[in-house]
Parts: sequence; structure tokens; C-alpha cells
Amino acid sequence: MILLRLFGAFFMVGLMSIGGGLATLPFLYDLGARTGWFNAGDVLDMLAISESTPGAIGVNMATFAGYTVSGVPGGIAATLGLITPSIIIVLIVARLLNKFMESSAIQNTLYGLRPASVGLIAAAGWSVVSTTILNVNLFMETKALVNLVDFKAVILAVILFFVMRFTKLHPIILLLASAAAGMIFSFGS
Amino acid sequence: MRELIILFTTFFKIGLFTFGGGYAMLPILQRELVEKRKWATDEEILNYIAIGQCTPGVIAVNTATFIGSARKGALGGITATLALCTPSVIIITVIAAFFHNFSDLVLVQRAFAGVRVCVSVLIISAVIKLFRSSVKDHWGVLIFLAVFLLMTLTEISPVILIVLSGAAGFLVRFVGGKKK
Repeated sequence: MILLRLFGAFFMVGLMSIGGGLATLPFLYDLGARTGWFNAGDVLDMLAISESTPGAIGVNMATFAGYTVSGVPGGIAATLGLITPSIIIVLIVARLLNKFMESSAIQNTLYGLRPASVGLIAAAGWSVVSTTILNVNLFMETKALVNLVDFKAVILAVILFFVMRFTKLHPIILLLASAAAGMIFSFGS
Repeated sequence: MRELIILFTTFFKIGLFTFGGGYAMLPILQRELVEKRKWATDEEILNYIAIGQCTPGVIAVNTATFIGSARKGALGGITATLALCTPSVIIITVIAAFFHNFSDLVLVQRAFAGVRVCVSVLIISAVIKLFRSSVKDHWGVLIFLAVFLLMTLTEISPVILIVLSGAAGFLVRFVGGKKK
């Protein structure tokens, strides 16, 4: 039964990958090689689309791979497989955490974790900035300062920053407006 | 029941508008859950993200389960997670079925280039907000800088950084606590 196998295979992917959607990649290569369901090139295509469409990358990859193998039911089975271990483990951790939340050991650990979280998010933010508003790779290649900054993108970023500061517009509206601006002004080219 | 529906619609929105990985969900999470509903504080969100990073699976999924279960138990966790995945399943299925050359479409590429600029700005301003509300002393600043630099400049796994930071926090408080 292919759907059960898909569920089982992605259950293992969800269980083994620690540290976010991209951590699922090696397991997907391995899965494809073992089952012949898809090859390494397929995985890269799926990644490209998963990164550029809305949603968590790991979830997108699972849906895509599952769909490739067995259509719509396949996509759903793979996605449910991927998220099931997360749900089980997080529910257990959440229950334990609630029980011991008041303990000073947990509080002290969280005191160290929160700034680390902010640091991780800042690093993720920098990796987006370095390829969109700035173009660090091109700058490293050409050593020309004019290549470091994408001026059109900077203008949009500054406008967005001020709009966010002085209005309470929902982030979703800003995202949609930026998509429209992208279609009109063609950033990064 | 009403809270479950709100959980579902909130995480559906997050799934629909998260571009570029789990952390990009943060600005919408902050707006919907911290500012609008007051269901969580900045600090709680950061706890969930740190723990979601260390438990197996996709960070966004772990964070959704965590927040859902904090609000409405196991049922809430499952509701939030399914809601987060639903837009992905729909969108990817449509793309896989009809647009094999999806990422080659020029207009789509341009739209995503615009979206990425916005994601940068959203994440930066979320980081500024979180930094102000949750990095409270020089130890916090130190941990923040260390994690940021190690993440940016080395290939070290975020899981290791989280574990080390937790240990550092524990030690700092444990040693500092005795003096008080």
C-alpha cells in the first residue's frame, strides 16, 4: 500500500531531521535513492519550488514528493507523515514543560535560550538581506562597491520600514504590496 | 470551539504568508498572537521557537503545535499544525499538477523578488522588537551576538548553539543567583 509506505517514510524524515526544513534534505535524497520514487535532480527542483512558494519548506517538500509519487492522496499522506512525530513529541515536551515551568532550572535555561532565539532569527534575517537588498555574492566576485547594493530594493525596503513604523498595516498587506512592486519594478536585475 | 476556529484561521494565514523558511512566520505570529489576541508574550514565542528548533521536525510545525497546545491542549496543537500545512498542501498540489515550469515564470519570479525584500524588512523589525523585549542584560547581548556570528560565519548546527546557550543561561543564573 503506497500511501502507508509514504506516510511511514515521511514519518521517519520528520523524526530524524532536527533544525528546520532544510535539515530534511539529506533524508529526502536517501529516501529517493532507496525507493526510486524520485532522483537527486527531482529533489533540487522540489526544493527550488518549495523555497519560493508560501509555507514551511519541509512541509512543501513533503507535499511535493508525495504528490510526485502518488498524486493528491500521496501529497497528503506524506505531509501527515512528516508532521506526526513533531506533534507527538512537542505535545509531550509541552506537557513536561508546563509541569516544571516554575522550576528555577527551566527558568534559568530559558533565560539563555531567548537571546539565542533572537540571534538565530537575526541570522536568518541577515541571510535574506544579504541576497535581496544587498548582493554580497556579486560584490565578492566583482569587488565593485556599486554591486553591493540593489538600489531599487533599498528604496522599497526604506519605504516599507517607514510604513511599518508609522502605520499599523498588517504584514500580509505589506507582502502583497511588495509582490506587486516586484512585478512592476523587477528587483535584482 | 471559537478559540479553535481562531487558531485555525490564524495559522492558515501564517502558512499562506510564510515565505522563506520557518523564521519568516515570526512577524505574522507576533502581530496575530502577541499584539492582536494577546495570547502569548514575545518571551513565550521565543521560548517556543528555541524549543521548536531542538525537537525533531520542521521548526514552523513544532512552533505551531507548541502555541496551539499552550492555548487549547492537544486538540489545539493539532488544529494549529493542520491549519499551518493546509495552504502548503493546496498550493504545492496545484503547482505540481499544472505548472511544471513554475519557477521559470518571469512574473512569478519578479513577485517573489519583491516579497523577499519585504520579508527582510519584516524580519529585521521583528528582531529589533524582540531584542528590546527579551535581551535584558549584558549576558543576553553576549549570547545574542555569539549565536548571530556563529550562525552567519560558520556551518555549526543551530541545535548545538541552542543547547550551549541554554547551558550558558543556566550557569550564569546559577552562579549569579547565589550572590543575590
